This record gives sequence, C-alpha cells and structure tokens, in this order.
Amino acid sequence: MAIVFQPTEGLTKKPLHYCPGCNHGIIHRIIAETLVEMGLLDDAIGVASVGCTYNSYEYFSCDFVQAAHGRAPAVATGIKRTHKDKVVFTYQGDGDLASIGTAEIIHAAARGEKICAFFVNNAVYGMTSGQMAPTTLLGQVTTTSPFGRDASYQGYPINVSELISNLTGAVYVERVCVTDYKNIMNAKKAIRKAFECQLSGKGFAFVEFLSTCPTNWGKEPVEAMDWLKEKMIPQYPLGCFKGADVDFTKADENEEVKS
Amino acid sequence: MAQKRVLMKGNEVIAEAALRAGCRNYFGYPITPQTEVMHYMAKKMVQIGGNFVQAESEVSAINMVYGAAAAGARVLTSSSSPGISLKQEGISYIAGAELPAVVVNIVRAGPGLGGIQPAQGDYFQATKGGGHGDYRNIVIAPASVQELYELTVEAFNLADKYRMLVMILGDGTLGQMMEPVAFRDVEPIEVYDKPWACTGRGDRKEHNTITSIYIDPDTLEVKNRELQDKYALVTANEVRYEAFGLEDAEIVITAFSTCSRISKNVIRQAAELGIKVGMIRPITLWPFPSQIISETAAKSNVKAFLDVELNAGQMVEDVRLAVNGQKPVYFHGRMGGNLPTQKEILDKIIEIHNGGNN
Amino acid sequence: MIDFSVILAGFGGQGILSAGKMAAEAALFEGKEVSWFPSYGPEMRGGTANCSVVISDEPIGSPVINDADVVICLNQPSAEKFEASLKPNGILIIDSSLFKFEPTRKDIKFIEMPASDIATELGNMAFATISMLGCLSKSTGCFSRESFESSLYEVLPERRHKLIPGNLSAFDKGAEYAK
Repeated sequence: MAIVFQPTEGLTKKPLHYCPGCNHGIIHRIIAETLVEMGLLDDAIGVASVGCTYNSYEYFSCDFVQAAHGRAPAVATGIKRTHKDKVVFTYQGDGDLASIGTAEIIHAAARGEKICAFFVNNAVYGMTSGQMAPTTLLGQVTTTSPFGRDASYQGYPINVSELISNLTGAVYVERVCVTDYKNIMNAKKAIRKAFECQLSGKGFAFVEFLSTCPTNWGKEPVEAMDWLKEKMIPQYPLGCFKGADVDFTKADENEEVKS
Repeated sequence: MAQKRVLMKGNEVIAEAALRAGCRNYFGYPITPQTEVMHYMAKKMVQIGGNFVQAESEVSAINMVYGAAAAGARVLTSSSSPGISLKQEGISYIAGAELPAVVVNIVRAGPGLGGIQPAQGDYFQATKGGGHGDYRNIVIAPASVQELYELTVEAFNLADKYRMLVMILGDGTLGQMMEPVAFRDVEPIEVYDKPWACTGRGDRKEHNTITSIYIDPDTLEVKNRELQDKYALVTANEVRYEAFGLEDAEIVITAFSTCSRISKNVIRQAAELGIKVGMIRPITLWPFPSQIISETAAKSNVKAFLDVELNAGQMVEDVRLAVNGQKPVYFHGRMGGNLPTQKEILDKIIEIHNGGNN
Repeated sequence: MIDFSVILAGFGGQGILSAGKMAAEAALFEGKEVSWFPSYGPEMRGGTANCSVVISDEPIGSPVINDADVVICLNQPSAEKFEASLKPNGILIIDSSLFKFEPTRKDIKFIEMPASDIATELGNMAFATISMLGCLSKSTGCFSRESFESSLYEVLPERRHKLIPGNLSAFDKGAEYAK
C-alpha cells in the first residue's frame, strides 16, 4: 500500500502540547517539512521565543536556541553572524514580536539580517491566558480589554507585515494563513521562499501567519477558523508585500555581470 | 627579551586583548566612558573578518552575545553602568543557559543617569547578581592597562572553561587612561571543545538545544544545584588577589582596581611616618578572596582594616563578612565620580593608627 | 622621580591631548612609568580640553592629578581654573601670544612664552604646544630632548617623519623660555 502521509523527519516524535484547534501544530509541521524538502535540516538553527511556543525546540529536530521574550531576532543575529553558512530562523508570537520585541524585529529587518522571522499572529497573548496583544482587533474582548478593544483607550492594532515591508533591509514579506489545504500550501510556498531569500543572501525575510487561538478566543476550533477568516483577514489582508516578483533562486543580473 | 611597551588607552587594550584571545564577535551600543572599545572593534574586527554589530540597544546587544555564544563563538560586549543595567536580563539568561561570554563594565557614577566620571558603585550589581535568579558571574577587576590586557585574555579562557559569563569590572579612569602595555608574542589561548553549541545538526544524531527554561520544579532544582556545584568549583579554583606587607602590617587596606593603585602610594607615605600598612587587593571580586582576609584578620600584628572604594561602601560588606568581627573594619569612600586623594587615605590611616574610630 | 605630574589645558583643537601624549611617549622612551588621562564626555563639548600626564620611576597610583608640578595653559579659563592645582613651587606655563594672565599665587613659578607666535614663525600652528613641551623639558628635566626626538621617530608613521625637524625647532625655541 502506498504511504500517503507520515511524520516528517523535521519534527521529533514528542507529542505537541498545543490546545485543540491551535494552528501552531500546522505551522511547525510545514516549516519542518520545508527544511527537509530543501535539504536544510542539518544546517538549520531555530530560535524559540517566549509564549506558547517557548519549548518548540523540543518539537523541531534541528538545533534550537531558546531566547528571552522578544529578543529572538537579536539572538538570531548573533547566531547567523557566527555561522554565515547556516540557515537561521526565529519563531515568534505577536506579544513577543510586536510588543516587547518591537525594537529587535524592526532593527533586524533594517539591518537586512540574513535570517527568516516566522511570525504567528493570533491577536491575543496565549500562554499568559488571553491578554490583549498589539494585534488584538478593535472591539475584541480579551482578559485585559474586557469591554472590547477601544481605539480611544487602547489604540489600534499593528499591521506588522506592512510595517516591516517599508524597510529596505526586508526583501521578502508575506502574510499567509493555514485555515485550509489551499492556504496551507500557499503558506508552505511562502516558507520556502523565505528560506530561498536567506540562501540568496539578499536580506531579511518575514512571513506572518494568521493563526487561531480557540482557547483564549473562547471558540470551538472550527468556529475559530471562521472568525479568523471573517474578522482577522479584513484587518490583516493576506498577500505578499515585498519580493513577490523576485525569484530568489536565481542570481540577479547585476551579479551575473560582475562574475 | 622583555616585550616592547606601547602607550595605549585602557578601552583600546580591552578590545585588542579580546582580538588576541580569538574573539571574533563584538556586539555593543555606545555609552561613555567605554566607547573606545567599540571604535576599536568597529575598525579592527571588520579588517580581520570578524563580526561587529552596533545594536539598537544594550538589550539587543547582550542577546546577540547570547546568540553568538550559543553558536559556539567567543564573544564580547562592553558598556558602562546604565547600559549594564539594561543587559541584566540577558546576563541572567546567559547564566541560566550556561553560555560563555565576556562583558566589560567601565563603571561610571550612578544611580540613574548619574555622571560619566569613574566609580565603583556597580560592585553589588556585578558580584551579587544584578539580574534575576540564583546565579553568579566571575567578576575580574584589573588595576592597570597591562592587567586589562592580561585579564581580558584570561576572561575568555575562564568563560569557556566554566561555560560562564565573565565580567571585567573597570571604571572610567581605567578605560580612559593611557598607560604602557606589553603584549605577549603568543597569547595563552586555551581552546575548549563546545559539543553543546548550536552549529547546525550536521552529522550529529541528536539536535542541540540551548535553553534556560525548566517548567518542572524538580528538574529546575536539579539544574540549580548543578549551577551551585559549578560555582563552588570556581570558588575553590579561581580566587585571585594580590597581597603584600601582611607579615608586619598594623593596618591592612582592602581596595580593588583604581582605589588599590592610589592606596599603594599611600602605603609608601605611611611607611615614612613609621606606620606599617599592608594590602589585600581582590583581583576576582567573585569569587571573593575571603580566606586570605579572614586569615589576615586573625594575625596578631593586624590591628584594623581600611577598605577604600569609589562608592558608599559595597565591597566592605564582603570584607566584614570575611573579617567576621575579629578586627575593626574602617571605610573610606568617594562618590559622584571623584577619586580619593592620597592625603585623604593617609589621614584616615593616621586616624586609625592613633586609635580613632569611624 | 615619583609621580611627576603635568596638566595641559586649553581649547579643543589646540592639540592639548596629543601634546600630553607626546610628553608621555618621551618619558616612556626613557623607561619611565607614565599615565595619560583626558577630560572626557560633556566636559569636552564646551570646547575645553585637558589632560593629565604622570611620569614616575615607580608604578603610578592615580592618573588623576590633585596637585600638579607643572600646568600648561593655552587659554585664560584654564589658567584661572588650574592655577590652584599647582603644588607650591610648581610651574605655570602660558601661551602669552593668546592671552594675558596675572597669577594670584606667589608660591609658584610663572612662565609666559609666545608659543603661538613661535608656531606662526615656523609655519605650523600645531607647533605651539610642542614649543611648550620644550619649555617643560628644559625647566624640569621630566624627559630629555633626545627622548622626545627618538619617541617621535618611533611613534609617528613614516610619512609624517618629515615634520619632525620642524617639531624639534619649535621644541628648542620653547626651551629658551625655561626657568
């Protein structure tokens, strides 16, 4: 009988601890699969952050460094500068990347660090139990915006991909989601392209994954997927913000002329 | 033949020593009075193909240090007091993840923004923690530009040997001054295998992970006990100090770095007045040379201790713990960026000699 | 010689810091212990600069000087500020081409020398401080002319060696004002 589905070598056999319906499992898997498919698993060094994925190093089977809250892009900078021939990526949530780690992500992008940042945006703090995140939608109820996020009181959500795409050092920026097969395949393409971008040495690559948090949203998994599509995507439109037309697997013409 | 001595600034010598010790990674953020470390690195590190990154903040810089150390590199950052406060988060993580790194603090006067002149007010922060959790850093206090060179090289060796952060605690005087320094032809660079480093899995069967989080209390307690065992080993092996004149001293000065230099000249002046003064100069502030202080306190010729610092009295607490009530311990300190004059210290010695109390 | 100390002070750009370094280099050439310590940080932003040089046969204690053997000043505010820092019988040397000064202390030696005029005559304003080093050397013997010359050859890059004869002329002219 033909094997149609099996565990990826890019993940360990340790069972994931994420809540039912959470998208982290899917995102972990497609990153790990991509590393394997691109033959990068032995050369990859991941950086885990603080949040629900603090121990993602137990799931990925490549080398992994756990970073302080928000500091993953700085830690990744130290690693990548030390091992320029390795593939370095961060895996960060919205509180980590868009709140406490704003300086680190902006400046890693501005410096054009040859790393990939994978940003999982579920519009809420997960691990600390459902507080308002920088990406929480207007009107969204959280444990620290119990009456719904009020722009006049708590300000506005941050569209991180749009922000990052304004920086010259960021050469590939895309927002994806993993709500269904088509979107998962699309997200996987974005992951591949981010790694290709890093291998090309052209600069910083950023992929934002919209993700569900059924537990802290107080929704059933399927309901949460619908809420993501109906509420999150209008605020955070999917698509490539930078580098859509670039084929990072090809040396650019100028370089060819030089060589 | 003795090595030729060249006139160099303390801060530049730190950078040169790091390069000679095989450090090829520097991450930092500008702050007076240590910026010449950065300037030197910005030029030389790039010329020899190493990494120099001017980070967006001290917080980022120390996390770049964390990353490079996790990746197996010899790595340096330097800053001054307010910047070192910002680095404390990363320093705690480096201790928790057991990473080797060297951090230089060219101390200036505090608290807050304080001033930019020399001080030793960061002694507590350096030796007692600074960041959260039960951890220690090896803290080294050079007293001359020559020692800045030798002890910076040594700091890298110790960091790798114990997988610990080593802090060089200087001050504005030491960083800014020029003095002659003789570089050795070949550095005593000790090379340590780092099979734990995250270098990419390569041929390894298991992936390496660097972390400081242990959610299970029992696991974390074991981890903490391992750390404490390591610190006990460092305490047993790595205490360094300079002592002289103890055999017949009536008064023993305890002072580190800049204060020890000034005090040495006072000892000469006191001798001319017929007052015998000895000195214990801690070179490692952690581990602290408690034993020699304790033994000296027990000597019958020693009547009292005088601790001299550029603060309100910080190391004096460790001196008193070591003396443990055997003899009186007097203190003389200056703050705000001022240095004590030789006369001030001599007056204090005469006062103690004449049976005065503080 | 134990802890012989010199303070050099003036406006930024007058070559104060490098003159101090040259004095230290000359003494180092003689095998002495030396230290050089600059003013730094915001203190420099107002346009004033000073440095302290200590020369000694013994290891040096503090590189920061409380009582100087010699104070060399290239502007009036520095002379006003550092006159008080001199030891009794210390020497205050000022560039009289730039300003007039009347010392308030009677227990010091006072040398007025037209350092900037000497430099103008030799065609290089950088020689003003050098002429004052000549006066310092001749007045105190804290380092010799020979050591000064040799240290220049050693410290300056080859392409700047052509400036050395001019430096020595300024040094010698300054030495004529020694007391």
